[in-house]
Amino acid sequence: MKKELVSPTTFNVFVSKLSDVLVKALDAPLGYAINWGRIWSLWPVHLETACCSVEFGAASGPRYDVERFGIIEAFGSLRQCDLIVVQGTVTRKMAPRLRMVYDQMPEPKYVIAMGACAITGGLYIDSYNVLPGVDSIVPVDVYVPGCPPRPETLIQGTMLLQEKIKRSKIK
Amino acid sequence: MTSLEDKFEESKRLGLQIVKESEEDRLMTLSIGPQHPGSGHFRFTIKVDGDYIVYCDPDPGYVHRGEEKMSEYRNFIQNIPHLERPVIHDSTNITYAYSLAVEELVGIEVPRRGQYIRAIASELNRQVYTLYWLAIYGIFLGHSTMFMWPTGDRELFIDLLEALTGARVTHAFNIPGGVRNDTPDGFKDRCIRQVRYFEKRLKEYEDIFYNNPLFRQRTEQVGVLTKEDAIKLGVAGSVLRASGIPYDIRKAEPYDIYNEIDFKVQYMKTGDSFARSYVPFLDMKESCHIIEQLLDKMPQSGEVRAKLQPNPKGPPGEAYRRVESGRGALGYHIISDGTPKPYRVKISVGSFRNMLALPFLLVGQKLADMPSVYWSLNYWPVEADR
Amino acid sequence: MSSNNNKEEPKKPAAAPPAKPSTTKTTAPAKPATPAAAKPPAPAAPKPAAAAPPPKKEPEPPAFEKGLVDEIKKKFGDSIKTVFIRPLRIKIQVEPRDITEVATFLRDSMGFDHAESVTGTDYPKDGQIEVTYHLGSYSRDDLGAQVLSLTTRTNRDDARLPTLINVYKSVEYHERETFEMLGVYFDGHPRNERFLLPEDWADIPPLRKDFRIKGR
Repeated sequence: MKKELVSPTTFNVFVSKLSDVLVKALDAPLGYAINWGRIWSLWPVHLETACCSVEFGAASGPRYDVERFGIIEAFGSLRQCDLIVVQGTVTRKMAPRLRMVYDQMPEPKYVIAMGACAITGGLYIDSYNVLPGVDSIVPVDVYVPGCPPRPETLIQGTMLLQEKIKRSKIK
Repeated sequence: MTSLEDKFEESKRLGLQIVKESEEDRLMTLSIGPQHPGSGHFRFTIKVDGDYIVYCDPDPGYVHRGEEKMSEYRNFIQNIPHLERPVIHDSTNITYAYSLAVEELVGIEVPRRGQYIRAIASELNRQVYTLYWLAIYGIFLGHSTMFMWPTGDRELFIDLLEALTGARVTHAFNIPGGVRNDTPDGFKDRCIRQVRYFEKRLKEYEDIFYNNPLFRQRTEQVGVLTKEDAIKLGVAGSVLRASGIPYDIRKAEPYDIYNEIDFKVQYMKTGDSFARSYVPFLDMKESCHIIEQLLDKMPQSGEVRAKLQPNPKGPPGEAYRRVESGRGALGYHIISDGTPKPYRVKISVGSFRNMLALPFLLVGQKLADMPSVYWSLNYWPVEADR
Repeated sequence: MSSNNNKEEPKKPAAAPPAKPSTTKTTAPAKPATPAAAKPPAPAAPKPAAAAPPPKKEPEPPAFEKGLVDEIKKKFGDSIKTVFIRPLRIKIQVEPRDITEVATFLRDSMGFDHAESVTGTDYPKDGQIEVTYHLGSYSRDDLGAQVLSLTTRTNRDDARLPTLINVYKSVEYHERETFEMLGVYFDGHPRNERFLLPEDWADIPPLRKDFRIKGR
C-alpha cells in the first residue's frame, strides 16, 4: 500500500498534491503576513529622471509626508529598495540606466510611473530624445497622471500600489 | 641607508614578488550618478588618488529633451508650457525672459500693473526655488532638519503662487504681453503676512544651519573660486556673487520695473562653498524686501496684460533678453523670420555655465568635500540639459 | 527730364505699332507718353518713402554703443560688418579667419571678459551656419548691461571654425554643444565629442533644419 503510494511513477503527483495542501494551509495566512510587511515598508530608489522629482521631494516633506503611509524617503542604496518611482521624462540616454537600476534591485520590486512623460511621453511626445512612456523599459504597476502630479496624487498612487500588493500572491 | 629603488632591486634579486606601484594603479575611477542620493539626472566621472580628486569629467544630458528644437515647431504662445519645464520650481523666471524677448520681437508694451504682478510672482518663485535648493543641500550634507524646514516653508509660498496662478509649480503665468490673470482678493495681505513670517524663519535658518559649526567646517575654505577664475569661467548668479563680483541682472540691466525698486546686490568675497551657499540665503532676505516694496508701489487697478493678436508675429529679427533667475543670468536668444513660429530659440542658462566650474573646483579637493562643492554651485541638471 | 522724353518719344512710336497693331491709335501714343511723364516722378516718390521708414524703425544708434563699435572698427577697419546697434545690444559679423584676433582684442582692450552663450543657427537657404558668441563683461561696470554678439558664418557642408577656447575659457562646453547640435567642428578645441545626446546617437545633428522631429 505504502509502496504503491510513493512509487517513482506517482512521486511527482504526490509532491504536487502535497504542495497544494501546503499552499492552501499556509498561503492565505502567511501570504497575508508577508504582504502586510511589504506594504508598510516600501523603499523607493532615489532615481530622478526629470522634473517630477521636485514634487516627489515635496511629497517627502513635512506637509505631505508619505512616510505615514509606509513609503520611506528616497534612498540611495539599490540593494535595499523594492520600489522605483520613475519621476518624469525618460530620455534615450537615461533609459539603459533605468533598466540597469531596475535589474539590480532584489525581488519583489514594483514600479510607479509618475507624470505624463513617464506614461506616454506627455508634453515631449514629439521630441527626438524622449521615450514615449517607460512601458518598454520596465513593467509598470501603477500610473500616476499629472504634469507634474500633485503630491496628493502621488500618495493616492502609492496607496493603489499597496492595494495591489495586498491582493497579489506571494511568490 | 638604502633608497627605495635599491630595495626594489634587492627584492627582485631575491625573487620576491614586490611590484612597484605604477602611477596608474594609484588612481581609482568613480562614476557618480545618474543614480545617487543627491540630485539625480547628472553623472560625473572622477578619479581619486587616495582621498584626493585628481580628475573630473561631467557627463550631462540625461534629461536632454530637445526644447530648442521643439520650440521651432510651435508658435510663440504654445511654447510657454514646455519652456518652463526645465526649471519646474522656478517656472516664472524662465518664462519671464522668454516673454521679454517675444515682446521685443513682436513689439508689445506691458501695462504697469502687469509688470508689477510679474515681478511679484518672480520674486515669490525665487524663494520657492532657493528653498528647494537649500533642502537638497541639507540632504547632501546629511542635515535632516534642513531638508524638512525649507520644504515646509516652501509650501507656504507655493500656496500663495497657487492662489495667484492656479497651479502648484507649473504656472505658465508670464505670457508675452503681461500676466495671465489678476491677483485674487486679499492677495496683498496674505503676501505681506507670509513675508513677515518668513523673515522670522530666516533668522532661525541662520542659527541652525549657517551657524552650525559642523556645516561651517564642511564648507569654509572648501572649493575656493577666486575672482579672476570666476570671470574667466564666466559663471553666473550666486556663484559669481560669492566670488566678490556684485553682478546681478536686476541691477545691471533692470528689466520692467526693477529700476524703481531699492535693493542691494548681495555678495561675499571669500568664494568658498560657504559663501556660495550663503549668498542665496542673503538673496532670499533681500527678496523679502523687494516683495514688500513691490506690493506697496503696485497700482491698485488697471490692465494686467496687453491685447495680443491671436497668432502674434513680428518682423524678422532677433532678440536677446536676460533676467536674473535663481541660478543666475538666464537669457533667451530668439531669432524670428517673420512667421508666428520662432526660427531658432536658444536658452542660455546659469546652470550650464556653472557646470564648467565643477571640474575646476573638484580637482584637488578631498572626496568627502565633493557634495558640498557640487551642490553649492547652484546647479540644476534638468535646466542645464534643456 | 524733357530731353529724355524727347529722346524716348521718337523711339516708342517706332516700337509700339508692331506691338499693338489693331488697337486704337489714339491711346497707343498716349500710353507711352503718360508713363514716361509719370515714371520719373514715380520712382522718385517711392524712394524717399522706402528710405524714410528704415530710419523710423531703427532710430539713431545710441551714442555709447556706437562708440564701442567705432573703437572696434578703428582697429580692424572694414573686416568688421555691423549688423545692428541697438540699446544695450550690438551685433557684429566677422570672417572666420579674423575671429580669434577680434575676440582677443575684445577681451584685452574692450573688457568683454566672458562669453555667456554660443548660439548656432542653420540657414539652409544660404547654405551657411551662423555661430554667435554672446560676450559680456563682469569687470567693467559700464559694460554690465551690454551684450556684444560676435557672429561668424561658415559653410554648411563643411562646417569648420577656429575655436575661441584659448581666448574665452567659458566657451568650452558651449562650443562642444554647438558641435554636437549643429555639426560645426571647432579647430583646436580639445574635445569635439558627444555631450548631451545619447552615446548611440546615429543621426544628423538635431538642430539642423533638415532634421525633422517625428510627427511634424
